Amino acid sequence: MKKGTLKQILLITDGCSNKGEDPSATAALAREQGIAVNVIGILDDDQTEEPTGLKEVEDIAMAGGGISQLVYKQLLSQTVQMVTKQAMTQTLQGFVNLELKEILGSEQTMEDLDPEKRGEIMEVVEDMGETCDLEVVVLIDTSASMRDKLPTVKEALIDLSLSLNARIGRNRFSIYQFPGKRNKDIEKVYGWSPKLDEVSTIFPKLTSGGITPTGPAIKEAIYQFSKKSLLRSFRENDEQDMEEA
Amino acid sequence: MMNKTWKRPNPYFAPGMQVKGKWHKNIYTVKRKLGSGAIGTVYLCESAGDYAALKVSDKGSSITTEVNVLKAIDQAQGNKLGPYLLDVDDWVAQTGEQFSFYVMEYINGEPLSDFVRQHGHVWLGVFMLQLLDDLENLHQLGWVFGDLKMDNLLVSKSPTRVRWVDVGGTTRIGRAIKEYTEFYDRGYWELGSRRAEPSYDLFSFAMIFLSVYHPNHFVKRGNSRQFLFRKLDAIKPLQPYNYSLKKAILGKYQSSAEMKQDISKAIFQAKRKTQNHKEKVPIAIESVGLMSLAIIYYLTSIYLF
Repeated sequence: MKKGTLKQILLITDGCSNKGEDPSATAALAREQGIAVNVIGILDDDQTEEPTGLKEVEDIAMAGGGISQLVYKQLLSQTVQMVTKQAMTQTLQGFVNLELKEILGSEQTMEDLDPEKRGEIMEVVEDMGETCDLEVVVLIDTSASMRDKLPTVKEALIDLSLSLNARIGRNRFSIYQFPGKRNKDIEKVYGWSPKLDEVSTIFPKLTSGGITPTGPAIKEAIYQFSKKSLLRSFRENDEQDMEEA
Repeated sequence: MMNKTWKRPNPYFAPGMQVKGKWHKNIYTVKRKLGSGAIGTVYLCESAGDYAALKVSDKGSSITTEVNVLKAIDQAQGNKLGPYLLDVDDWVAQTGEQFSFYVMEYINGEPLSDFVRQHGHVWLGVFMLQLLDDLENLHQLGWVFGDLKMDNLLVSKSPTRVRWVDVGGTTRIGRAIKEYTEFYDRGYWELGSRRAEPSYDLFSFAMIFLSVYHPNHFVKRGNSRQFLFRKLDAIKPLQPYNYSLKKAILGKYQSSAEMKQDISKAIFQAKRKTQNHKEKVPIAIESVGLMSLAIIYYLTSIYLF
């Protein structure tokens, strides 16, 4: 298997979408393009039960082939890095299962192998997870209710880049906020960069208004990925295509 | 706490239940639950008259990863680094769902902080030396423990020895730390990276001894270096080791062996210092005895183990 680039969208929100296309549908679209959609739903400190508004969180991640998690803001840092890493392993295991199907035929997956063989394959998956390149578009919900959560989100993202930059593989992050300024659905905060340390200075301010255009935000993220690989294929036309996993 | 919306829960094994492996057909009778963490639940069980610890999880890949680590560190001849691996298998529930589990040596012991509180600070030095020996061996094998924390340490009896019980965070040197706990993680304190290096473990090591006296931990505030140093300075029983612990916090040790030298030196120096002031400070006499006791305990633990 060639060394490839994993692509993820990381959606951080605290409520449900209310504008534009169905986010689950756009997430499914992302999945078709080989992009996993992870969703983190932040709970308010006084929320003891799973709020119905956050049911969408699970649906989007399911449709996007990613991982979802509801979490109180105190645990956000650990959760963000865990979800990102688990989603990487999940995607890589998906590739491995596809290969296994080719070799062993029909419906064979890792779970059908005996524990010893599974151990050997897991080592390969881990190697890939450590060395592959990773690109993440972070989508941050900046609607009014996120007010007291944004500082924690910022910390969690800096922490995420600390975790991922300890890997051997390269990382690139890009951050968008939704809704954007002046009635735009989405707005770029931070272009592709390997580190998020500088993010503190330019972190998104709250946008007023009650709209949460989650679907359009995911769509924009997909576009960013495709635009990026197009540009790259122009620049590196003779080199090996990194996007192909 | 976290709500897991996307996953099936870990299976619950009631006491008395028999768990039979799909592949190796071994049967384990569940005695009781020992604990549960981010990855899976551990049960005390009995098989062929022997006690063992069984870890089961809904995350099959994590179980497989842990088994790989246990296998790798089992190769350390003569060193009990972590529990022995006894069996790896799958359990199929009545619903047809499959869960991975592994069975390891059951380490019967009490938490390190409880032990120190009951049996005295004299044991601090002993446990430091024991832990540093184990870490040195592990690092020599090319691994870093990663999630080194109070919860992952138990003190077993006869001989009294500190043991590791969970290798879930154990990572090959040079890679990204697999699993960590914020309080013990130098990344959280902005005092280093999350790359697996011996110095990563030594930072956690220092935090373990700090947490003996801060069982509820504390969160970061201001300049971490100054903040942690102040916390260390405030704990009297740690005074003899302060120099080394601070050095570990700053990541100044390249190896556990290097730190062990400093700690042993500290133990002997504390002994000499107290000898000089014998007549002035009666308590000092006691600590001379305690320090020599510490060294004797440590030496016997090496030979008996």
